[in-house]
Amino acid sequence: MQTSSWVPLFPEQASTFGSQVDALYVYLIVVSVVFSIPVVAAIFFFALRFREKEKYATPDEMHGSIMLETLWSIIPFVVSMTIFLGGAIVFFNQFRIPDDAMEVYVVGKQWMWKLQHETGQREINELHVPVGRKVKLTMTTEDVLHDFSVPAFRTKADVVPGRYTYLWFEATKPGKYDLFCAEYCGLNHSGMGGYVYVMEQRDFDNWLSGNVSGQTPVEQGKDLFENKLGCASCHAGGPQQRGAKLEGIYGHDIKLVGGQTVKADDAYIRNSIINPSAQIVEGFQPIMPTFKGQVTEEQLVSLVAYIKSLSGITGSTPASGSNTAVTNSSGTNTSGSGNTMTPRRANRGAANTEGSNPNSPGGRGAPTSSNR
Amino acid sequence: MQNVDDMGTGYYDRPKLNYLNNGHTIKSWLLTKDHKRIAIMYLISVSVFFFMGGLYASAIRLELLTPASDLLESGSYNKAFTQHGILMIFFFLIPSIPAVLGNFLLPIMIGAKDLALPRVNLLSLYIYWIGGGLTLFALLQGGVDTGWTFYTPYSTTFSNTYVMAVGLGIFVNGFSSILTGLNFIVTVHTMRAPGMTWFRLPLFVWAQYATSLVMILGTPVIAITVLLLAIERFGRVGIFDPSIGGDPILFQHLFWFYSHPAVYIMILPGMGVISELISNFSRKKIFGYEFIAFSSIAIAVFGFLVWGHHMFVSGQSVYAGLVFSFLTMVVAVPSAIKMFNWTATLYKGSVSFDTPMLYAIGFMGLFLIGGLTGLFLGSMGLDVHLTDTYFVVAHFHYVMVGGQVIAYLGGIHYWWPKMTGKMYSEFWGKISAMLVFIGFNLTFFPQFILGYQGMPRRYASYPPELQVLNIFSTAGASVLGVGLIMPVIYLGHSLLFGKNAGPNPWMLPGLEWRTSSPPPTENFETTPIVTWEAYEFGEESGLDLEEARRREIARTY
Repeated sequence: MQTSSWVPLFPEQASTFGSQVDALYVYLIVVSVVFSIPVVAAIFFFALRFREKEKYATPDEMHGSIMLETLWSIIPFVVSMTIFLGGAIVFFNQFRIPDDAMEVYVVGKQWMWKLQHETGQREINELHVPVGRKVKLTMTTEDVLHDFSVPAFRTKADVVPGRYTYLWFEATKPGKYDLFCAEYCGLNHSGMGGYVYVMEQRDFDNWLSGNVSGQTPVEQGKDLFENKLGCASCHAGGPQQRGAKLEGIYGHDIKLVGGQTVKADDAYIRNSIINPSAQIVEGFQPIMPTFKGQVTEEQLVSLVAYIKSLSGITGSTPASGSNTAVTNSSGTNTSGSGNTMTPRRANRGAANTEGSNPNSPGGRGAPTSSNR
Repeated sequence: MQNVDDMGTGYYDRPKLNYLNNGHTIKSWLLTKDHKRIAIMYLISVSVFFFMGGLYASAIRLELLTPASDLLESGSYNKAFTQHGILMIFFFLIPSIPAVLGNFLLPIMIGAKDLALPRVNLLSLYIYWIGGGLTLFALLQGGVDTGWTFYTPYSTTFSNTYVMAVGLGIFVNGFSSILTGLNFIVTVHTMRAPGMTWFRLPLFVWAQYATSLVMILGTPVIAITVLLLAIERFGRVGIFDPSIGGDPILFQHLFWFYSHPAVYIMILPGMGVISELISNFSRKKIFGYEFIAFSSIAIAVFGFLVWGHHMFVSGQSVYAGLVFSFLTMVVAVPSAIKMFNWTATLYKGSVSFDTPMLYAIGFMGLFLIGGLTGLFLGSMGLDVHLTDTYFVVAHFHYVMVGGQVIAYLGGIHYWWPKMTGKMYSEFWGKISAMLVFIGFNLTFFPQFILGYQGMPRRYASYPPELQVLNIFSTAGASVLGVGLIMPVIYLGHSLLFGKNAGPNPWMLPGLEWRTSSPPPTENFETTPIVTWEAYEFGEESGLDLEEARRREIARTY
C-alpha cells in the first residue's frame, strides 16, 4: 500500500503522529532551503564576480565585522531553537503514553516479533489493530537489541533486553503497513519484519473473535501464579503469608527494607520475580527464590499483567518513565547456532482469519532465509 | 628565509638535497625521525585502507541494486558494512588529515624543524601499523559482523565473529591518535618560530590544535570501552549484558562519548584545510580569523556534550534527550559561523579556480547539506522517524565524505607540489574534482529520500518499491568510484613526468611556500622570522609579486 508515484517523497501516513512529523520535516526543509539559497547564491556570485583578473592580484584586506558575526551567530541560534522546540513537542507526544490505550505485549527475538493481545490472541510478525484506537506496546526482547519501527506511523522505539520499553500510536487509516526491525540484530536483521494491519473496528472484532487462543495474558498469569509456579503459596493472603501482599500495590509506592521507597511498576514487578532479594519489602525476609531461567519473557509479561489486574487495572497504566534495568531471564546463547530461523512471514493459522486481512502477506521480493 | 627572486615561475631544478633523497635505503625510511617522511608513509598506509574500505562500499552498493539479498547473503553483507565502517573510520578518516597533512605541514607552517617529539611521532606510526595489521588479520580470519558501533549484548554475547581481534586493533590504534594529538599540542606550544604569535598561526594549525584536544581527551574512553567489552566477553563479568547483570545502554553512552567527538576529529581538520584553500585561492585575508579559530575550539568543547543525540529512541530518559537535543542545536552555530565567514572571504577577492579551490567550493555545498540535515536528526520528534534509516547514512556520508574526504583531497592537491616538488595535470585534476562532486551527490542524495521512506540501515534486502532510488545511488557510486581512482593515476603520473613545481607555484605567503619543494630535511635553511600577519598577500609579506608577474608574462608569450 505504498504511494503509487514513481519516486514517492513521502511514505504513507497512517497515524496521528504522521502530520506532526511531516510538518516538522517540511519546516526543516523550508529552513534549509531559505538558509542555503543565499549562501549558495553568494558563493557563486562572489566566485564569478570576483574571479581572478590578473595574476597575483592583492585585493584590499577586510578584517571582518563584529556586526556581521553577531548577526550570523544569533540568527542561526534562534532558528535552531525553533527546531529544537518543535522537535521536543512532537517527541513528547510520541513518548507520553496515554492511559486509555489498548495494550499489546511485544517480545522480540532473533529474528521475529512475537506479539500478544490483551484478549489472548498471539501473532508473529504481524500486528492487527483497529483504526482510531490508541494502542500501547509494552516491549522487551529475549536476546539482543531490536527496534520496533513502523514508518507509516512515524514512530519507533528500541527494544532492550532486561527492560520494558513502550511505544504508542493511534492509526488513522485502514491498510497494511511495513513493520521493520530498525536496530541491527545480527544475521537475519533485514528479515525481521512484517506488517501492521489497521482495520475498521468491526473487522477487528471479527478478527479477534475468529482467533480463540484460550487464555488472556491475565488468565495465563493467574494460572502461572496459582498453579504452575506456586507463587500463591506465599503471596495469597491469609494470616501466615510469607510474601508481600500484591493486591492493590500496582502504581503505588512500596516501602523497602532500609527505608527506601520504590514505585510498583512493570519494571519493579519483573525485577522482583527475577531478582527478588534486590528490593525487599519492609517487614519481610529475603526468602523468595529467584525465578530467573524458569520463566520466559512472555510468561513474565503475563505475570505482570495478572499482578496489575489485582489492583483492578486491566487496561493500560501509565508507563513508568524510569526504565530501570533489570536482570534478563533468558539464558545466553550464541547466534546462529541454537536459534531456529523463522520465515519472514510465519503464518500462524490462528492469526489469519480469512477476510479480515485481504492482503494476505505476499512475498517481499526479498526471499529471506528460512532455509539458509 | 628563501629569497623570493629564486621562486619566480618557469622551470626549476629540484633542490639538490631534500627530505626525499636524503637516504634511499628502506632503513632510512623505517627509522626516520623526519615528520615529512612519516607523513608520506602515513599517506601510503591510509590510501591502502581507503581503497580496501572502498571495495567493501562497492560490494554494499552492488548488493543493494536489487531488493533481494542475492549478490551477498546477509551474513556477508553484515560483514561488508561493518568492515567498511571500521576501516574507513578508524583507519582512514581519523588519521587522514592529521597524520598525513598535519604531520607534513604543521611544523613547516609554524616555522619549526620538526615536531617536538620526533621519536614519539615514529612510534605513533608503528602503533597505527600494528593496530591496522591486527585488524586486517582479523578480517582475513573471517571478519566481524557487529556494525562499527559494536552494540551490546550482540557484540559481547551473540556474535561469533572476530569481535575481540578487531577490538584489539582499534584499542591499539587509539594510542596512535593520542600520541599524535599530544605531539601536535606540544609542538604548537613550544616550537613556533620567532614572531609566529598565536594569532598569526594559519587556521589549519588552529584546527589541528582543536582536533588534538579532542584526540587526547576522547580516545582513552574508547580504549576503556573496548577493554570493558573484552572483560565481559572473556571474563563473563556483567557490564553490558543484562542476562548477567549488565546494562546495554551503558555501552551506548560510553561508545558515543568517544564516537561523537570522533566525528569532530574527522571534520575539524577538514575545516582547517578549507579555511586555507578559500583564503589562499581568493588571495584575500580570511574573513573573521578569530571567529573561525575560536569556532574550532567551541566545536571541540561542545562536541563532548552531545553524544546522547544518538540515543533518542534507545530507552534513555526523555529528559536527558531534551538536554542533548538542545546542545546539538548549540553546536550547529559555530559550524554556521565558519560557513558564513568562508563565503564572505570570497567577497572582493581574486578568486582562481585551480583544482584545490574546486574541491573547496564543493566542500561548502556538501557540508552545507550535511550540516543542515544534522538539524533534522537533532530535532527529537523527527529523529524518532529518521534514526536508524538511510537518512542517517546519507547525513553522515555528506559530512564525512562530502566534508572530510573532499577537504582531504583538496588538501592533497594543494600541497602535492610541496610534498613531491611536482605539478600534476590541472586538466585531469579538475575533471576528477567534478566527477567526485557529481558522483557523490548522485550516490547519497537519494538516500535522504529513502530514509524518509523508512528504509532501515544495515538491511541486506529491502521492499521492492524502494529499488529505483537504490539504483540511482549505485549508479552514483560508480561515478564517485571513477572520480576517486583518477587522482591515483594522474598524481602517480606526476611523480615521474610532472613539471617541477618550484617552491611557490601559486605565490602564496604561508611559511610552507617559503622553502623549497620538496623541503630539505630540516625544513628551512635558516629559521624564519615572521613579521607578517596570516594571509597577507601584498608586498608587505615579502613576496616579490612584480617579479612573479613579469616571469608569468615571459612564460606566457
